[in-house]
Amino acid sequence: MPIGTALEGQESPAGAPPVLRGRRRWGEEAIRLVLFACALLSMATTLAIVVSLLEPTLSFFGEVDLVEFLSGTIWSPLFAEPRFGVLPLVTATVLVTGIALSVSIPLGLLTAVFLSEYSPRRLRAVLKPGLELLAGVPTVVYGFFALTFVTPLLQHLWLFGDPPGVFNAASAGIVMGIMIVPTVASLSEDAMGAVPQALRDGAYALGSSRLQVSTKVVVPAALSGIVAAIVLGVSRAVGETMIVLIAAGGTPKLSFDPADAMQTMTAFIAAAGIGDQPTGSIGYKTIFAVGSALFAATFVVNLVSIRLVRRFREVYE
Amino acid sequence: MSSGALEGLRRRRSLATAAKERAFSGAMLGSLLVAAVALVALLVQVVVAGSPRLNGDLLQRFPSSVPTRAGARSAIFGTIWVIGTVAATCIPVGVAAAVYLEEYAAKERWYNRLIEVNIQNLAAVPSIVYGILGLAFLVRGPLGLGQTVLAGALTLSLLVLPIVIIASREAIRAVPSSIRLASLALGATRWQTIRRQVLPAAVPGIATGTILALSRAIGEAAPLLLLGALTFITFVPEGLRSPFTVLPIQIFNWISRPQDEFRVLAAAAIVVLLVILLAMNALAIWLRNRYQRRW
Amino acid sequence: MSDVRISPRRPPPQSVRTDRPPAVRVDLGAAPPPAEGARPRERVFELRDVTVRYGGAPAVEGITFDILRNHITALIGPSGCGKSTLLRCLNRMNDLIPGATVEGSVLYRGSDLYAADVDAVEVRKRIGMVFQKPNPFPKSIYDNVAFGPRVLGERSDLDDIVEGSLRRAALWDEVKDRLKAPAYGLSGGQQQRLCIARAVAIKPDVILMDEPCSALDPISTMRIEELMEELKKDFSIVIVTHNMQQAARAADMTAFLTVDVSGDDHRTGRLVEYDDSSVIFTTPHDQRTESYITGRYG
Repeated sequence: MPIGTALEGQESPAGAPPVLRGRRRWGEEAIRLVLFACALLSMATTLAIVVSLLEPTLSFFGEVDLVEFLSGTIWSPLFAEPRFGVLPLVTATVLVTGIALSVSIPLGLLTAVFLSEYSPRRLRAVLKPGLELLAGVPTVVYGFFALTFVTPLLQHLWLFGDPPGVFNAASAGIVMGIMIVPTVASLSEDAMGAVPQALRDGAYALGSSRLQVSTKVVVPAALSGIVAAIVLGVSRAVGETMIVLIAAGGTPKLSFDPADAMQTMTAFIAAAGIGDQPTGSIGYKTIFAVGSALFAATFVVNLVSIRLVRRFREVYE
Repeated sequence: MSSGALEGLRRRRSLATAAKERAFSGAMLGSLLVAAVALVALLVQVVVAGSPRLNGDLLQRFPSSVPTRAGARSAIFGTIWVIGTVAATCIPVGVAAAVYLEEYAAKERWYNRLIEVNIQNLAAVPSIVYGILGLAFLVRGPLGLGQTVLAGALTLSLLVLPIVIIASREAIRAVPSSIRLASLALGATRWQTIRRQVLPAAVPGIATGTILALSRAIGEAAPLLLLGALTFITFVPEGLRSPFTVLPIQIFNWISRPQDEFRVLAAAAIVVLLVILLAMNALAIWLRNRYQRRW
Repeated sequence: MSDVRISPRRPPPQSVRTDRPPAVRVDLGAAPPPAEGARPRERVFELRDVTVRYGGAPAVEGITFDILRNHITALIGPSGCGKSTLLRCLNRMNDLIPGATVEGSVLYRGSDLYAADVDAVEVRKRIGMVFQKPNPFPKSIYDNVAFGPRVLGERSDLDDIVEGSLRRAALWDEVKDRLKAPAYGLSGGQQQRLCIARAVAIKPDVILMDEPCSALDPISTMRIEELMEELKKDFSIVIVTHNMQQAARAADMTAFLTVDVSGDDHRTGRLVEYDDSSVIFTTPHDQRTESYITGRYG
């Protein structure tokens, strides 16, 4: 519409009223609907995940006893005489996650304290991207590292009990811990950074050293954010597949010995998926049953983490 | 003033406190060192292990059961096809969703908050669960696409969609409302304001987020394992409906073989993957530094 | 439908007692006869009992007066009396604030601005606005001025339109050699004149200015006041200002608003007096007006 017509009907105040009525802007409405549909896709994804898991899982438990699933100690679903106790997978996941946390929590927190309280600005500008680099390495590369570097190293340095074989939980756990360090460090550092300077100043003014301020003032004040970071790390560890698939092996075994080979929930799903199970077979359904267990576990963990993050934000905003 | 008062000001720490301080500093630097050493060890080991096979053969040859004749041609082209398709599907949808959430959605409405919480949740779902989703809906099931590039790309798109949405939202949110007001006061409609002012201003942030999302997608292997990417693919994809494999999967394939020579191949392919990722991240950082506006 | 999120400005506390009805000179019939040799006094806006609420409590209440064509009308008053709120009623920018409602009637050239079938976008093409803090787009000087015409569909005469608008805003000589340079490189005063050029480029009927000089230095302020005097030949101008001297200098008509604080701490703006500036600033009819302009409060 050329500019001239913008002035149509405005010439004489005593004459025709100005043309303020616009045509209903259908284009705008259509665009809004398209954009809404794209946003709705995320809901559709969640729904699809739940639906895709639900039906085969229910069908699975039509054939397999739920109690045996949850409490049985032998997992051999593809054998001639299948056994469906999921505990070996769960304990493997828990053990590897535990090892990963025992590596990532100390390393992550110490790094976070250093970045937040001690390091000069220029060093921080170099270290933070370095952490991001660590976070950007594909997990298959970490798996390779675990198998070819860490495992031989552990075999050399093992102190008690039988040294680990080619596949072992320790190697996977340690490397997974290193992978998670950036997650824990970065979020913890954010939490510590949000602690008001006034709190630190108060403690310094009372004659505290930097160590005391960091550990006795800042960390407690940032605690809910730190816990949220750790919980997020747990979530990543539980859901990680490639590292355990490559380094921990494919033999389900109920054990708490880190030197043992074992198969986690994620590794089983991957192995079964690779095996190209026929649709509707019991092997196919086990993928979904274990998948449901995995999804439920990480879903709960994530809810906790989100709530914690919200609480930590509320304290200071 | 007696000298006694000044005495108290001198730093007189007990040995225990000093030792504690030193130990803590040592622990912190030790952590940094461990992380740094791990990263360096990983990189060095991979480069050293892979260097014998880092040559043109890697790009020219297809996988083979004979190590000396094997290469990653199918995987490299497969990665290009898959990532290209991911970009084409994920970026428009992700930016559109971000525009809706930032510009149109009334934040108090329950359904809009549900969408936001949902996106946060999806960002934390294990990647292999997306593989299960792809297996049930895309490969088999309703869409029945089979083990094709399209199925793999759509699955990865769903995986990285939350990253694109979250990054785009931040970029759009950073555009000051004074710009929107000025545009609206000139008689522009809401969509005209978004299209001509907000989105162009948000492009650097959106681009950075997109590159991060694609970097994540390039390195993913777990979901694609369930979609049939681990089959013996000795050809370059011919289209969206073609079977495929990608670089991380090929690496996994070679790692799983017993022969040492395959380890070397795996390491070489890892180097290629890391170089691609490094280039992408460098691009993202350059974009951010060059074009990011400080409002 | 609310889109852009802006939080309504909360007025600071002011306690003013209202024990007298507002002394407003408004002709609800024919326009007042012009003084000898003065310009014709046509009405471009007629406000009748206008009340604006943000989520319940009224920010301004019972505003009734006329705004005249080709005049500069100033809205003055203490902080929080709702001058900006009232200004935003005139081009329906209050629509963008969630929870804002407008009661009463606002007639623009005889038509109800808030009728159900009125398109706010069309309104804003005729009634432009310049904001308190200069807000040029992150584009070139040329593209800033050309944005409005482009949105209207203009393609061919952009160069002429841009030059004409920049001349009217007294900015052309300073920027004619660097039209493609980014607008953010201009000084504050230049940016505000650029915003004026941008508003002028779509040839509106009315230009609303919300404290346009409050972020500028005195010299830039003076240049913009000179500009307004020129612009009023072709546009009607309504300006909100907290600077009384500016209103006295530059405005033809002045409306003085004050703020009442009710029992439960609600601050509501009300119109006290509206007249020629010469009257308001020399012999105001209302005691409150006189107190304000002589600096006894506000």
